[in-house]
Amino acid sequence: MSIPNLTPIYLDNNATTRCAPEAVTAMLPYFTEQFGNPSSMHSFGAKVGHATKGARASLQKLLGAEFDSEIIYTAGGTEADNTAILSALKANPERKEIITSTVEHHAVLHLCEQLEKEGYTIHKLKVDGKGRLDLDEYAKLLTDKVAVVSVMWANNETGTYFPVEKMAEMAKAAGILFHTDAVQAVGKIPLNLKDSAIDMLSLSGHKLHGPKGIGALYLRRGARFRPLLRGGGQERGRRAGTENVPGIIGLGVAAELALEHMEQENTYVRALRDKLQAGILAAVPNAFATGDVDNRLPNTLNIAFEYVEGEAILMLLNKQGIAASSGSACTSGSLEPSHVMRAMGIPYTAAHGTIRFSLSRENTEAEIDRVIAAVPPIIAQLRKLSPYWGENGPVTDPEKAFAPTYA
Amino acid sequence: MWDYSDTVKEHFYNPRNAGALADANAIGEVGSISCGDALRLMLKVDPANETILDASFQTFGCGSAIASSSALTEIIKGKTLEQALEVSNQDIADFLGGLPPEKMHCSVMGREALQAAVANYRGEEWKDDHEEGALICKCFAVDAVMIEETIRANNLCSVEQVTNYTKAGGGCSSCHEGIEEILAKVLAERGETFKAAPPPEKKAPGKMTTLERIRKIEQVIEKARPNLQRDHGDIELVDVDGKNIYVSMKGACAGCQMEAATLGGVQAQMIEALGELVKVIPVKATAKLAPNTLPA
Repeated sequence: MSIPNLTPIYLDNNATTRCAPEAVTAMLPYFTEQFGNPSSMHSFGAKVGHATKGARASLQKLLGAEFDSEIIYTAGGTEADNTAILSALKANPERKEIITSTVEHHAVLHLCEQLEKEGYTIHKLKVDGKGRLDLDEYAKLLTDKVAVVSVMWANNETGTYFPVEKMAEMAKAAGILFHTDAVQAVGKIPLNLKDSAIDMLSLSGHKLHGPKGIGALYLRRGARFRPLLRGGGQERGRRAGTENVPGIIGLGVAAELALEHMEQENTYVRALRDKLQAGILAAVPNAFATGDVDNRLPNTLNIAFEYVEGEAILMLLNKQGIAASSGSACTSGSLEPSHVMRAMGIPYTAAHGTIRFSLSRENTEAEIDRVIAAVPPIIAQLRKLSPYWGENGPVTDPEKAFAPTYA
Repeated sequence: MWDYSDTVKEHFYNPRNAGALADANAIGEVGSISCGDALRLMLKVDPANETILDASFQTFGCGSAIASSSALTEIIKGKTLEQALEVSNQDIADFLGGLPPEKMHCSVMGREALQAAVANYRGEEWKDDHEEGALICKCFAVDAVMIEETIRANNLCSVEQVTNYTKAGGGCSSCHEGIEEILAKVLAERGETFKAAPPPEKKAPGKMTTLERIRKIEQVIEKARPNLQRDHGDIELVDVDGKNIYVSMKGACAGCQMEAATLGGVQAQMIEALGELVKVIPVKATAKLAPNTLPA
């Protein structure tokens, strides 16, 4: 229920981005006149095959991959994550252990939980209060029993980076395959995979202004691999199924645009994000930014508002035409707040009230000003309803042992 | 975003009776900040006749928690305590035009706060017996704790039994894996191994008794009738002779241009219900067809 005369403001780009008009335009002919199957041995197929080759080159460039054949198209990030982990297990059947972290995306965590039931040992690296890993703990786990390490490049909720390049070097030294879920990082920060020790990397088109339903798995040449989907010989036999040609074309254009806007992402978008953070925290008491704020994605800001609940905040923001997201329990239908917030030890007083603002190059300063103006009254309104909030701040409460410092 | 009714949104955006009630003489507090939902219900009760003169709330929680609290205060104002205790969580949800299954616990919280407030007024100790667990069945809002307890209390050992006792799993079936996991856990506690029940055997065509077959045919006819009656027509079963099912079309259906289509639809449902090829024949069209004459 948004107010009709307010232009909507979209700050949920870590959930999905608007598909770039250039990508849409490029895709359209591949639904109509360029409809051939790239596997077909005639001119209809050949033209399409040539176009997908161009898109692959664009993605190769964005990733800094050495060969375009190192890219396997998938239906999205989840399929890429699943393929990477399951492939590593099948390729190394004698190894029954996996290393991951407590704050991974569910595409990795839920798969690992299932694998645990099937007899694999899962080591979940813990994070500290800022969402950072302990590399000493990681080093101790790198044994010849481990088939694969799978840790994300940047966290989807807080934006916090993991030192994946260093971790990949450590895994390589121990003879272990290294996979990173880079769904949030690709397109936002420069990548140079050919000079890294990363064996596999997942990405998703719709997170970088490409279409939904297309993603990719980067697979280092020579890395042991077993396909998830078997059937035809598409993707060099590594991912069977007729290619999502329009999606591939759209992703290729999105990759070109991401490379073109990389600097803007790290200057303009970062400045907007910082302004938003400073504006909100200056006006709202008992609120703080979560994660490693000095080492995170340039577009991501996750704020915990104490003593209010996230979904209620989202509904009031939405009424003002502002779209964000929350790690609160009520948005997911579960009773526990985001596993990322819990893993960081964010207390319940704050974990239920986290709001993620994720920006893109399409946002403007005027929009950020409007959000900075909108948030404080919303929080005040909800705190007025809260039994945990009195006239002058939080009421004395046995559950309020937590005393965060507000930067 | 949840698909909230307009009433839920209205009560969330403009909550009634929010804030502290200065002269409250009954206070019920339920939930906790760790659960993500907490409600303090305050009542002003007339000691002379135990009527609720005023009610207000303070809620920490999501949109539906706030809306449920607001609705509750509106529902109970003017009621006696006894009348108020008759208010169920479903009444709160109904007042709001429904809640998503995952949000029904918000209405339960309202009901519990009311019980707690009344107990507080009467100087009694109210104990929260509502344990929340992970929501397993979203169709019927059944959580893991309830499923676990029901399995233990009744020695259940199959998903079908769990569905019979709790309704969980009786809808879209997406929670069957979750129910099986709980079954495996509880059965392991009593030293048993959970085994998935084999799929029900499909009765081979022709295995149905004559009575069962006639009943199935009648059920299909009964199912079709309301639609036809709405158009001022009807259908009646006349006779069954082997593969031929004779019916009589009544009212507007008799001689209707769409009669063949109607009969075709009924015939398709008959075939599905009986698991065999049959023909539905209007008696006015022909007295009887030769035995074993099947539709093309």
